[in-house]
Amino acid sequence: MAKLTYREAVRAAMREAMAADPRVFLMGEDVGLHGGAFAVSMGLFEEFGPERIRDTPLMESTFVGAGIGAAVGGMRPIVEVMTINFSLLALDQIVNTAAALRHMSGGQLSVPLVVRMASGGGRGLAAQHSHSLEGWYAHVPGIKVATPATVADAKGLLLAALADPDPVLVFEHATLYPMEGEDADDTPMTLGRAAVRRAGDDVTIIAYGGSLPKALAAADALAAEEIAAEVLDLRTLRPLDVEAIVASVAKTHHAVVVDEMWRTGSFAGEIAAIIMERAFDELDAPVARVASAEVPMPYSKPLEDAALPSAEKIVAAARRLFS
Amino acid sequence: MTLERLPPHAPAIERDHAHQLLRQMLLIRRFEERTEERYAAGKIRGFLHVYIGEEAIAVGAMRSLTDDDAIVATYREHGHALARGVPAGALMAEMFGKANGCSRGRGGSMHMFDASRRFYGGHAIVAGGIPFAVGLALADKMQGQSRVTACFFGDGAVAEGEFHESMNLAALWKLPVLFMCENNQYAISTPLATSHSEPDLHLKARAYRLPSEAVDGMDVCAVETAVARAAASVRRGDGPYFLEFRTYRFRGHSMGDPQRYRAKEEVAQWEKRDPIVQFIDRLAREGLVTDVEIAAMERDVANEVAWSVEEAEQGPWEPVEDLEKDVYTPTDG
Repeated sequence: MAKLTYREAVRAAMREAMAADPRVFLMGEDVGLHGGAFAVSMGLFEEFGPERIRDTPLMESTFVGAGIGAAVGGMRPIVEVMTINFSLLALDQIVNTAAALRHMSGGQLSVPLVVRMASGGGRGLAAQHSHSLEGWYAHVPGIKVATPATVADAKGLLLAALADPDPVLVFEHATLYPMEGEDADDTPMTLGRAAVRRAGDDVTIIAYGGSLPKALAAADALAAEEIAAEVLDLRTLRPLDVEAIVASVAKTHHAVVVDEMWRTGSFAGEIAAIIMERAFDELDAPVARVASAEVPMPYSKPLEDAALPSAEKIVAAARRLFS
Repeated sequence: MTLERLPPHAPAIERDHAHQLLRQMLLIRRFEERTEERYAAGKIRGFLHVYIGEEAIAVGAMRSLTDDDAIVATYREHGHALARGVPAGALMAEMFGKANGCSRGRGGSMHMFDASRRFYGGHAIVAGGIPFAVGLALADKMQGQSRVTACFFGDGAVAEGEFHESMNLAALWKLPVLFMCENNQYAISTPLATSHSEPDLHLKARAYRLPSEAVDGMDVCAVETAVARAAASVRRGDGPYFLEFRTYRFRGHSMGDPQRYRAKEEVAQWEKRDPIVQFIDRLAREGLVTDVEIAAMERDVANEVAWSVEEAEQGPWEPVEDLEKDVYTPTDG
């Protein structure tokens, strides 16, 4: 399988979808000649032209709302929102319209819309460009939430999102864009299936998006201490693969949930509650959470590093389960 | 906001055509009077925003649109749905929360949908439907369709950011949207002058280079003519168009509104311009309708409204087991 970067994988999925289906188009800020704030759509403007690679003015709420309307009108829009923090300007459209339309119309309308955005910290971008709010969106019935953590998933989950009849939000952790990995094979992916990225019998490390490389690094470190960690990549937060979580915890009897959201109200809390409800008797120790510190993201590197989950923090949390 | 400044408008009208307009306005009026009464009886719950006083706009506008055009409306949309041809029974049943309602009892008064008639709601976040309408129009343009998306909203929406963003985007991309502002002078209790530094709302659209007009929203013929002209421009591919209809709601914002924000005298002044009474006066003057015909029309409308209540009463409740249905689209496998 060919090697490519996460960024190239997202671009490849968009190119493939646009070549296959004339209804697919991309719109967002600076996605045209500029190629996107994170260079994800680089080259697509030249290939598909301004009708299908549409630069929008700065109006997150309206271009997401227009995406909803275009989806209902028979198109398959991909809307790029520059960062997750900016998506809050479109929160109304996502929650009050995209998520609700099918239900409040009594099942008459579906919204086959894909909204992509960069998320997460670790890049020195401080308190208005660095957060991880995926769990807020996963809270909302009516939308689906994908958090690809590998190069193959960056392509495959985006294609799955585009094939889905309902609105799907795809969160691309911005630290992953330059990461190299194997391309996806041609098997279509399904939203709602977690993947065991590393097998182990002693502790389950549950992660998604930008936390997966940290979880894998932690598993390496734990192996040196003879703790065999299983790393479960959630891949999508809604639908959530509850059975995969329960099965892994039933095997290892220990769980560390890694989440870049702020600890209070984090998605990790939801995972911990599910484990409590579904696998309480399997647990040999309380579920541990490694989440972000309760602070708007600071700029300085030592402070930002201290605010975010890290392999070391995951290792420490896992170790505590056995002490 | 004076209506005297608007040009007088009385194009000739055919008898049958006039009767159709009158019957539709009467149907909306009597239907909504009945919803108020059913609300008081506890059959309709939640909010109920009636359109009484504003009927000329939906009726005149729909008359100038085609079945292929799309309609996007607000939470005050019973009149638009009726004028679009959504059956009264499906609307009343929706307000009763029944499974035979137009949104299967999931939407209620504020969220009426009928995809088969391209009636796309029923949006209750003020201005939230405007970007949606822009998107429908974008889809039409990209697919080479010469259809119009007609988007209704109130004066309150014009203060929202999404209104301004949508004007800009629709104009930039020359999208086939007909923006129709129903300026009923109040955003709940807040009068126009307290909400808008420029109370001549249609001028705001000019800033985005849209052609725009203010129209007497109490005159069904003026509305019909203006919408026909605007829709033709949009359909030709000349880009979006903005119409501001000056109107007034005779009732409170929603049921139970004590209306401390406006004087009874002001309401009485506007009631003299009741769109139904004015239209009947005109038709009678021109010998286009008789008292006997009006009485027959009233009986006919009363029957239709009574039947809608019957359908709503008899309709089944959506089973509670189906609570989580229609959150996602069913897929094979």
